[in-house]
Amino acid sequence: MDTKDIIDTLAGIEPGSSLDAIRGRRLQARDNAQKSYLSLFEPIDAGDFALAERAAVALFVIGLHREPTMAGFYRAKLAATADGARLVEAVDAEIARGETSGPYGAFPAGPLSVENKAGLIYRVSAERKPDLGDRLVAALEHAHLLVFRPRDAAAADMKALLAAGWSNTGIVTFSQLVAFLSFQVRTVTGLRVLGASLGRTANAAAGT
Amino acid sequence: MSAASNVNPPVVFTQDELGWVSWIDPLPEAELTERHFAGLVDRSRSKSEYFRLLVRDPEVLEARTKTDKDIFYNVADGLPRAERELAAAATSRYNGCIYCASVHARFASTYSKRRDDVQRLLDEGVGADLGERWNAVVKASVALAATPIAFGPDNIDELRRAGLDDAEIVDVINGASFFNWANRLMLSLGEPSK
Repeated sequence: MDTKDIIDTLAGIEPGSSLDAIRGRRLQARDNAQKSYLSLFEPIDAGDFALAERAAVALFVIGLHREPTMAGFYRAKLAATADGARLVEAVDAEIARGETSGPYGAFPAGPLSVENKAGLIYRVSAERKPDLGDRLVAALEHAHLLVFRPRDAAAADMKALLAAGWSNTGIVTFSQLVAFLSFQVRTVTGLRVLGASLGRTANAAAGT
Repeated sequence: MSAASNVNPPVVFTQDELGWVSWIDPLPEAELTERHFAGLVDRSRSKSEYFRLLVRDPEVLEARTKTDKDIFYNVADGLPRAERELAAAATSRYNGCIYCASVHARFASTYSKRRDDVQRLLDEGVGADLGERWNAVVKASVALAATPIAFGPDNIDELRRAGLDDAEIVDVINGASFFNWANRLMLSLGEPSK
């Protein structure tokens, strides 16, 4: 593959490092996390989910995770996408409005109801709706649900996306994109934390 | 939209086998082409409503499936399968995915022979005391599932104290992270049914 591995890049894993070797033992997982990224952001067919929409949703999702390095990466991607640069300011403003802590939400009514946890039901601000358009408004609202309160999801949420102009196939790819990013940001964070601890251990061993 | 009148949703976490019903239309089996079968990876997955829904984007499904299989099934080295499944079950319990938790709790029970401990994770939640090693895996999975992510150096120290080496810790990170992907699909595109 000629594109540099995106998880290695974002986690700061250098070729030849011990983490590089460990990731090499799960080569199929590493290659296919990369292929997942490429098939979401450089798809064969973007007909049901435009490239600028993909980058806008990605910036929103990663921004909500308060992961500045990765948010910077997806912000640059949105800015570099045709028809995307005009969305950066609006998406950044919506990230600030959507920040909270998850997971929260309701369980099916019954014994688990005692674990229900209330939280922000995010809606795009009225002033930014014209800039974002119906499809992205619906997408950001659903992405916020997926990030923070996935257990609240209901059939009505699918209807809202369909009513905003999303196709069944577009909904599948959009859901995959948000769910994939939820994986990617955790893998990157986890590997970065582990990598930093290796540095700590090496320093301790060297008595520094 | 799929008819949902025959759905009988579970209201507790369980190790029983559950069905899953899509809220939007999967592709009909008769419409699957070779491109779709490549996306399904295993041809038999064409019988599953969930996979026939995800195969609407075959390239993403293929890459996701191969990522999943290597993280969980490649046991030539690294973390025992039981503990990869524990990370998946704990993540699913914390995020609230009853369907995912049922599948991976069953696998955790099968591979660990600790069915009662797995059931306590489901019944009591992620605070259940399952012994030092499992507690460390569950706690790391929960910290990774939080948004913003709460996973930090203390989690690494705990996993090391519990006896995990760096490669095993990467398996925990991969397994728990992957279920933040899986949970969001299963929770938002349809629902479980008894």
